[in-house]
Amino acid sequence: MKDILPMKITVNGREHAFEVESRRTLADVLRHDLGYTGTHLGCEHGICGACTVLLDGLPVRSCLVFGVQADGCEVETVEGLESEGRLNPLQEAFSAHHALQCGFCTPGFLMLATGFLRENVDPTEEEIREAMSSNLCRCTGYQGIIEAVQAAAGQEPEAAVDASVAPEISENQREGVSPLRDAGDHAQ
Amino acid sequence: MRSVGRRIGRLEDRRLLRGLGHFVDDVDLVGQLWMRVLRAPLAHARISSLRTEAALSLPGVEAVLTGDDLAWARPIPVRTRTEHELDDFLQPVLARERVRYVGEPVAVVLAEDAYLAEDAAELIEVEYEELPAALDPRGAAEEDAPQLREGSGNEAATLRVGFGDVEEAFEGAERVVGAEVRIGRHSAVPLETRGLVADYDAGSDHLTIWGATKVPHFNRRILSQMLGMPLNRISMKKSDAGGGFGVRGEFYPEDFLVPYLARELGRPVKWIEDRAEHLVATNHSREQVHRLEAAFDAEHRLLGLRDEVWHDNGAYIRTHGVIVADLTLAMLPGPYRLAAYEGTAHVALTNKTPCGTYRGPGRYESTFAREHLLDVAAAELGVDRLELRRINLLDSSEMPHAREMRTLGTDVVLDAGDYEGLLDKALECSGFEEWEREARELREQGRLVGTGVGYFLEKSGLGPYEEAAVEVDPTGSVRVLTGGASLGQGIETVLAQIAADQLTVPPEEIEVIHTDTDLLPDGVGSWASRSTVVGGSAVMLAAQATAEKALRVAAEMLEAASADLRLESGRVGVAGSPGKSLSLGEISAACEPHGIAAAEEAPGLGARRTFTVDHMTYPYGLHLAQVEIDPATGGVEILRYFIAYEVGCAVNPTLVEGQLIGGAAQGIGGALFEEFRYDGSGQPLAATFIDYLEPTAAEVPRVETLICEDAPSPDNPLGLKGAGEGGTVGCGAAITSALEDALEMPGEITALPVSPERIRSLVRQKREPRSE
Repeated sequence: MKDILPMKITVNGREHAFEVESRRTLADVLRHDLGYTGTHLGCEHGICGACTVLLDGLPVRSCLVFGVQADGCEVETVEGLESEGRLNPLQEAFSAHHALQCGFCTPGFLMLATGFLRENVDPTEEEIREAMSSNLCRCTGYQGIIEAVQAAAGQEPEAAVDASVAPEISENQREGVSPLRDAGDHAQ
Repeated sequence: MRSVGRRIGRLEDRRLLRGLGHFVDDVDLVGQLWMRVLRAPLAHARISSLRTEAALSLPGVEAVLTGDDLAWARPIPVRTRTEHELDDFLQPVLARERVRYVGEPVAVVLAEDAYLAEDAAELIEVEYEELPAALDPRGAAEEDAPQLREGSGNEAATLRVGFGDVEEAFEGAERVVGAEVRIGRHSAVPLETRGLVADYDAGSDHLTIWGATKVPHFNRRILSQMLGMPLNRISMKKSDAGGGFGVRGEFYPEDFLVPYLARELGRPVKWIEDRAEHLVATNHSREQVHRLEAAFDAEHRLLGLRDEVWHDNGAYIRTHGVIVADLTLAMLPGPYRLAAYEGTAHVALTNKTPCGTYRGPGRYESTFAREHLLDVAAAELGVDRLELRRINLLDSSEMPHAREMRTLGTDVVLDAGDYEGLLDKALECSGFEEWEREARELREQGRLVGTGVGYFLEKSGLGPYEEAAVEVDPTGSVRVLTGGASLGQGIETVLAQIAADQLTVPPEEIEVIHTDTDLLPDGVGSWASRSTVVGGSAVMLAAQATAEKALRVAAEMLEAASADLRLESGRVGVAGSPGKSLSLGEISAACEPHGIAAAEEAPGLGARRTFTVDHMTYPYGLHLAQVEIDPATGGVEILRYFIAYEVGCAVNPTLVEGQLIGGAAQGIGGALFEEFRYDGSGQPLAATFIDYLEPTAAEVPRVETLICEDAPSPDNPLGLKGAGEGGTVGCGAAITSALEDALEMPGEITALPVSPERIRSLVRQKREPRSE
């Protein structure tokens, strides 16, 4: 017997009202019910942090929160970072410092760093390392991530690339790239 | 401006930073069923009964499948060529009668949602009769060990390689030095678990699959055989992959189950592995014991080397066959001059998760074993450890250097190298002498600080071939198709850079498509550090042929001699007539069937090419470490870390550095933190991220790198060598070398990962030598 409850949440400024099974995690609600697939699940037991989103401004593991617990809350996900098709400075810094490879953990790190930099606008490298050690990345060895967060905080570590690639080109507008996004019956 | 060699930002970043990647769990199809796998809870047991009624009666459950339902299905075959008879040891899709490791698939459930499928799997009733488990690779090969199978023994294969007269070398030796080392069981454990979605269109008898990677074309061939379907009725579609490192993308039981069930049930089927499953189901790697010895003459020259290896392959032989053991033996001699060598590897089967390749397979293990032995030898012979290596490194005048053995079906020919030159550069660039001086001073103050070195030989660019195609459409849009796959390593960027130079267009305007078997029906895949080397060379040939065709067609259109034509900035112009030029798009339009240039050319502007290569190319490098031990906790802090690497030609140096730095984080994990341990009954002790310790930003140090392009490969047009694995290969060797130096106890650290318990015990031994 499914235990279905009505709920409302605001995701990246947009309101959603729907019904959800009480045991469904916030991560599954965001990904599979609302179509915000940028949030990823890496372990579903609260260690890796790939599913980190901001819940009323604070970083949480969306695999450890039930969807219904977020009823009435504001959620921020990676999809909300860019504005008018442009990457924000943190996203640009991740590319400039080669802070991602496979990109699976990246949305979690971006949201973790977003929450962190709101609280600590001028962190030391040690503080950044400490905060970023909440999440796992298997590809980069973390060096680029630390430097990207430093750069986003207005410090000036040397960039790893000397030419960034047109950050305003939206993947959605490119031809033939995205069969997957059209494949589902996402509510969004 | 030439694109190859530039540090451009990655093209992949544009979608990944927005949360617009296309990972397999992002695919949700209308009407899909979720598959859940029920896995064996015991390491070794007979299945005495299996009842599915309760699971099937749960509303929303569509089907339950057991091993008996698939009795007709053949086991999963080996992907790589092998001379060994391995059929008895292959893994069935679902276990029947007997389970051989915790995590082995026993049954699957299909239900309307993932939560329900998991509930239903718990309702399947299985009774087991537990059997004794074989857990130690050396013990498993003994006759009185618990037997995983009747009649075939636990040693799946015994590999022997070698050259020269080893007996004579050891008889004539001034000194013989021996060691025994153990490498712990650890693995890739990428951040994204495995997953697959399959959709069957009954109207056209066609299967479409998302989630394949690494070797999509191979997996399609296997699936075609196992399902009895024509190849061209199966389409593998591109998706992003959240890291692979060897384990992801191989053909596992689920790679059969998901498409098979989609076809049987006529509904899309989706399976996403959870992390607890991943840690027992996806390939483990590395676990080996080495007993090795080296013979030296009076001048400390290496005369001969012998190694006997017990390789723990877990319960089955999977798609990799015995290549980890094969590579272990082939790469053991490393960059050193050696007249005689004999290697034996016992591929032992145990009641643990089956093993496959993981970043640097056979090299992480053998580099640790060999470099450890050299450190022991330096101490016993009373010679400086770097000097001992200098005496024995092959000289650039000896290149190419053929070793009389084969690996992965190729002759071992070390193609180009200046091993001592790289050592000199690394020592100077890192300031290693200063690291050593500082460590000595700190030790004099009572701190436990040491430095270590691990020199390694890498291999990359395995053939036999790779496919690529380049297409320019009439709007001028360029796309590159590759038989490789993207696992996060950045090949979209690298291949675009290679194509950009031939077509004279900016790389960010080139779209690279991988893992699409409809657009490019053949390919060998992304493994063995081959995508840039072999795949990149194929792209270069295809782009070159495309540019040549553009010039031929333009010559006709412009009524000019082709010698007067230049392709620049994506336009073909006539030398001396600045107003007269054509864009690649205009040339493409002229190549359409009714176009003006179609008479003598095949339609379309583009080309498909195959790059073929017989030999691998051998990069090399060294890792340097400075570490400090906390005597109270046995904890290790890596103070400094440096990697020098010869890559032949760095297409994008930032991405090469990224591979080295990220690779080091994994190698450090295997050296200090990560291990799949088991209890005495074969229960896994690392089944969550609480127990399987991937290093975080708090443990991974800053890694400095030096990329050299001094020894380009003669076997491909750009001189490329692969870069995917060298960052990992030297870590076990360099870190243990530094720890032994810190403790001033050479030869005492013989097992990876190095546990705090082991270090504390050595600290006690050092401080109270008589009490131990």
